[in-house]
Amino acid sequence: MSSRQRDRGHHWLLGPAGVKLAGFLTLALVSGCGKEQSALDAAGVDAVAVRNIFLVTLVGACILWLLVNGAFYTLTRLRTGPVDPKFVRPLLIGGGIVAPTVLLVALLVWALSLLPDQRAPGDGLQVRVTGEQWWWRVEYWPDGAEAPVVTANEIRLPAGQRTEFLLGADQVIHSFWIPSLGGKMDMFPGKETRVSLHPERPGRYRGQCAEFCGVSHAWMAFAAVVMPEEAFDAWLEHEAGDAVAPESAEAMRGEALFRSEGCGACHAVRGTEAVGQVGPDLTHVGSRETLGAGRLGATLEDFERWIAHTGELKPEVKMPTYEHLGEEEIADLAAYLKGLK
Amino acid sequence: MTDHAPDRSALPTPSGPYPPTEEMLAEPVPEEVQAAQAERLRAAWATPKGFRYITAVNNTEVGKWYCMTALCFMLLAGVMALLIRAQLAVPENELISADRFNQLFTMHGSAMMFLFAVPLFEAISILLLPGMLGARDMPFPRLSAFGYWCFLIGGIFVIGSIFFDAAPRAGWFMYPPLATKDEGPGSDIWLLGLSFIEVASIAAAVELIVGTLKCRPPGMRVNIMPLYAWYVMVVGGMILFAFPPLIAGDFLFELERSFDWPFFDPERGGDPMLWQHLFWIFGHPEVYIIFLPSIAIAAMIIPTVARRPIVGYSWIVLSAVGTGFLSFGLWVHHMFTTGLPTISLGFFSAASEAVVIPTGVQIFAFLATLMVGRVKMTLPMLWIAGALAIFTMGGLTGVMLALAPFDFQAHDTYFVVAHLHYTLFGGMVFPVIAGVYYFFPFIQKKKLSERLGRWAFWLIFSGFNLTFLPMHLTGLWGMPRRIYTYPTGLGWDGLNLISTVGAFIIAAGFAVFVWDLVRPKHRQPQIARNPWEAGTLEWTHDVPEEAWGVRSIPHVTSRYPLWDDPKMQARIDAGRYYLPDAAEGRRETLVTSVIDAEPIQVQRVTGPAWITHMAAGFTGGAFIFPTFHWYPPAIICAALAVCCIIYWLWTSTARVPEAPSKDAGLGLTLPTYASGPASVGWWAMWITMLGDATAFASLVFGFFFYWTSQADFPPEGAMHAEAWLVGLAAVGLSVSWALTVGARELNRRWAVGAARACLALAPLAAAGGAAALMLSVWELQPSSHVYPAVLWALAIWITVHAGAGVIMQLYCLAGSVFGKLTPPYDADIWNVSLFWHFQVLAALVTCAVMGLAPGVL
Repeated sequence: MSSRQRDRGHHWLLGPAGVKLAGFLTLALVSGCGKEQSALDAAGVDAVAVRNIFLVTLVGACILWLLVNGAFYTLTRLRTGPVDPKFVRPLLIGGGIVAPTVLLVALLVWALSLLPDQRAPGDGLQVRVTGEQWWWRVEYWPDGAEAPVVTANEIRLPAGQRTEFLLGADQVIHSFWIPSLGGKMDMFPGKETRVSLHPERPGRYRGQCAEFCGVSHAWMAFAAVVMPEEAFDAWLEHEAGDAVAPESAEAMRGEALFRSEGCGACHAVRGTEAVGQVGPDLTHVGSRETLGAGRLGATLEDFERWIAHTGELKPEVKMPTYEHLGEEEIADLAAYLKGLK
Repeated sequence: MTDHAPDRSALPTPSGPYPPTEEMLAEPVPEEVQAAQAERLRAAWATPKGFRYITAVNNTEVGKWYCMTALCFMLLAGVMALLIRAQLAVPENELISADRFNQLFTMHGSAMMFLFAVPLFEAISILLLPGMLGARDMPFPRLSAFGYWCFLIGGIFVIGSIFFDAAPRAGWFMYPPLATKDEGPGSDIWLLGLSFIEVASIAAAVELIVGTLKCRPPGMRVNIMPLYAWYVMVVGGMILFAFPPLIAGDFLFELERSFDWPFFDPERGGDPMLWQHLFWIFGHPEVYIIFLPSIAIAAMIIPTVARRPIVGYSWIVLSAVGTGFLSFGLWVHHMFTTGLPTISLGFFSAASEAVVIPTGVQIFAFLATLMVGRVKMTLPMLWIAGALAIFTMGGLTGVMLALAPFDFQAHDTYFVVAHLHYTLFGGMVFPVIAGVYYFFPFIQKKKLSERLGRWAFWLIFSGFNLTFLPMHLTGLWGMPRRIYTYPTGLGWDGLNLISTVGAFIIAAGFAVFVWDLVRPKHRQPQIARNPWEAGTLEWTHDVPEEAWGVRSIPHVTSRYPLWDDPKMQARIDAGRYYLPDAAEGRRETLVTSVIDAEPIQVQRVTGPAWITHMAAGFTGGAFIFPTFHWYPPAIICAALAVCCIIYWLWTSTARVPEAPSKDAGLGLTLPTYASGPASVGWWAMWITMLGDATAFASLVFGFFFYWTSQADFPPEGAMHAEAWLVGLAAVGLSVSWALTVGARELNRRWAVGAARACLALAPLAAAGGAAALMLSVWELQPSSHVYPAVLWALAIWITVHAGAGVIMQLYCLAGSVFGKLTPPYDADIWNVSLFWHFQVLAALVTCAVMGLAPGVL
């Protein structure tokens, strides 16, 4: 018996094939290639810490699950006769009390030691984000700045440093979450909450509102772009500037339409007479990665689609659908907006 | 004052031999006596026929309706889940509109929680508990029936709103400001409809606790009662302390919705976090309120399967109680991402993990029982195996989620959706179905199909895992819950499609299960008695079924009497034990002492009635009309409901008996009337008032919550309650209390006239006190700021209670005048003075908060 066991010692699960399989599974689970909203595709210090907690607890959970259910299967199917009652007390005390206490204390010490990090103050840059129904008002406050750089629906962050977010909301509760960079934090009307993130790997990620906030909760997202520090500084400087004037004839017609349709009552385009505060700031909308708070991409066609089908794309959004405009007019408006780099 | 001896010496005490000796029990009962007794019992307990069937109040009938109704609501909520899954099958699906989707998931969660999981516990317990305790019925059968009709009316009202596109749509936890600002009646339907049902739930909890404490068979001390009864007590107690905070929250929420009092509006000093706290102080215990009864079912099945007594009885009891306690200290783990201080997160992380230990002890005790027993696998056990496989997984993901940093990522994602479904399917659905297969022969005297049962199991089990296992990954890949659709390209498409396919496989499994339940079984033979060879009393019930429950109430000395006393069944059937007869043709059950279950009283229980339907209907009107802001009909309904309840109490509770004592069998003579702590009514009042006091404490908590969380509470220069009027209110309500207690004591000493004078003056003092309290806040504008609003809310709470107290005082006065309340037969005034103990305490706390706070804060 024992020799046969030794022969079978290289069970395939434990052999090289098994290792490969395990490796593959881990990769499949974790890598999440092309998944820009995955908590497992960690690109920041905080997300990596949480991913590690997950992987360790996952392995532990699998082992414990197999133990408990294996015991149950054995007792109800394989060995149904009575076992000596002297094992009862060790089972109750060991399985019910000692083992969980030891495991849980270890787990708590480790996991809770990560808490202060995620609450740490940033390295200087602060970003104030306000949740609106259903978009994001964003203000950058570089260290010592007196006025913010205002933008919307996109978060850009310098890699390699910790940025603090000051969160608020206009009407209802939202939650600010960029899974690849770290955990979420709720945003309340009338109260400020804070979270800080420390991204490491430059790239484009996706954030999304995680607290149900009304009809179009599903379409309240944003692009989160992590940039090398110098690139970020350059971007922020550009972002602080006024809008560029339209150049093409199309875009100029679009600007006129923007004015005549009253878009400026809700939207601001710095450097023009459009100073509305109800909707997202559009000063550099043409340089953003998405449109409609992550609803669409940012191609010219996307702009056209958004203007012509707003209500369909985002039910009950406050912005009216400009379906009364002709195809060409919509194309002009799109050209103007896309040009606001 | 006459010279009669004080106290209730006029009431007889139990007399005769107790406990019964073996010789007494061995003495045969003549056949013709047995037959005559059985005939009289059968007549007393007969279930009404024809359309009068719905007037039945017997626990077996009400319990069955309750279960079937909860099952129907579950199926409806399940269909909603299928619609949700269909919408999410593919990205950017346009099958269901965003608004409709939001209604669907709100209603799916609300219905599963409030119309299925919690009521089903009550339904099953009402159905099974008297059998397990060898009792004839619950102590207050009409209260069960009233609760059932409230549940039915409220449930149809709430779930029906989805067909009119008017359902609540802010998620089942109704977070303000989203839910307070929501237009249309959806939020009101949720608040008022479910409050109505919660009141019925509390009624059922009171009854179940009293049933367990006072209606056990003689000799069944608390340490030998079936584990199920322990779980009923724990869960009943949890309902009592968990639901009132939600009811208090609903009260504030509805005041904000109806009258614009800004409890949750940050612009006027309110705070949406208060709702989150109140909701989760309810919501987390709720999870265990759902889970523990299912463990209780497992605790009944496993010893039968292992064919030996449960191992670690006291460990299990302690763990159940421990779980109950701990569950009240975990609520903040639903709020880890709200920006609470790190120290709170650490504390609640640890507390949340700690609950693993009592849960683990219970599971390991079951394993140990199987280990030392001779296991005979049965179909119910297959479902228990499925439950364990699923629940342990939900528990382990729970361990992950309780770690605050991990929760920052997983919170409000599909990971949580997967986790909660694993705990609820493993911790509730599977054990309950195991219980259905196990107890069906007890209920219908037929077995369910073994073959269909296996089909249902494998369909639901595989479908479940196919649906929810991938959701863990969906969530970690970033998919938030409650989104009606999603873009392609985030890796969620395939996972969602798999989940949708799985959901329909679950549905197929449920179709098989429901078919097995409802398929005609005329041609199937009835079961033999005790088909599983179990050891507990419910299996002594007659086949074919008899409405009397148990033929005679046995004297019990062990945890598994049927295993330990082979003669018991025959003696029960022969009417050898207690209450073998219904000499006056009335329904009776035995009341025993709380700890040792010594027989103390023969209690008349109520029979079929229409008044419960009327009371439930009018109570329903009082809750439902305000959803449409139709206040006059609501007020009329409330008044009529009060009239119905008074009529019901007057005609059927605490009546002066024809004879002060009667023969209970085995030579024992027991009183037929009890008042004060010996009576079931007094215990019911105690328990109800504990719940009521919890709701009041939640309001006071709200006051101090604002004080700690808001910088300007009370705001600079705010008007306060008029202090002298507050003082006057305290005096008036205290005097009313003193007069009530005085009336009780005077009446007891045969000073009936003086007692009536007290009872006549007490309402005046109460009315004066309540009026002073209302006048003290009259000038304050409750819609201007949360401070005046919360003072108004407290004043209303006390005034409404004072109103109820006045009605009770007048009820006692009328009772005294018309001979229902006499010096020895004084249960009513005992119960009313107990109410007033709580009321005066609440009034004094309120007056202290209102009168002193402005000076202190």
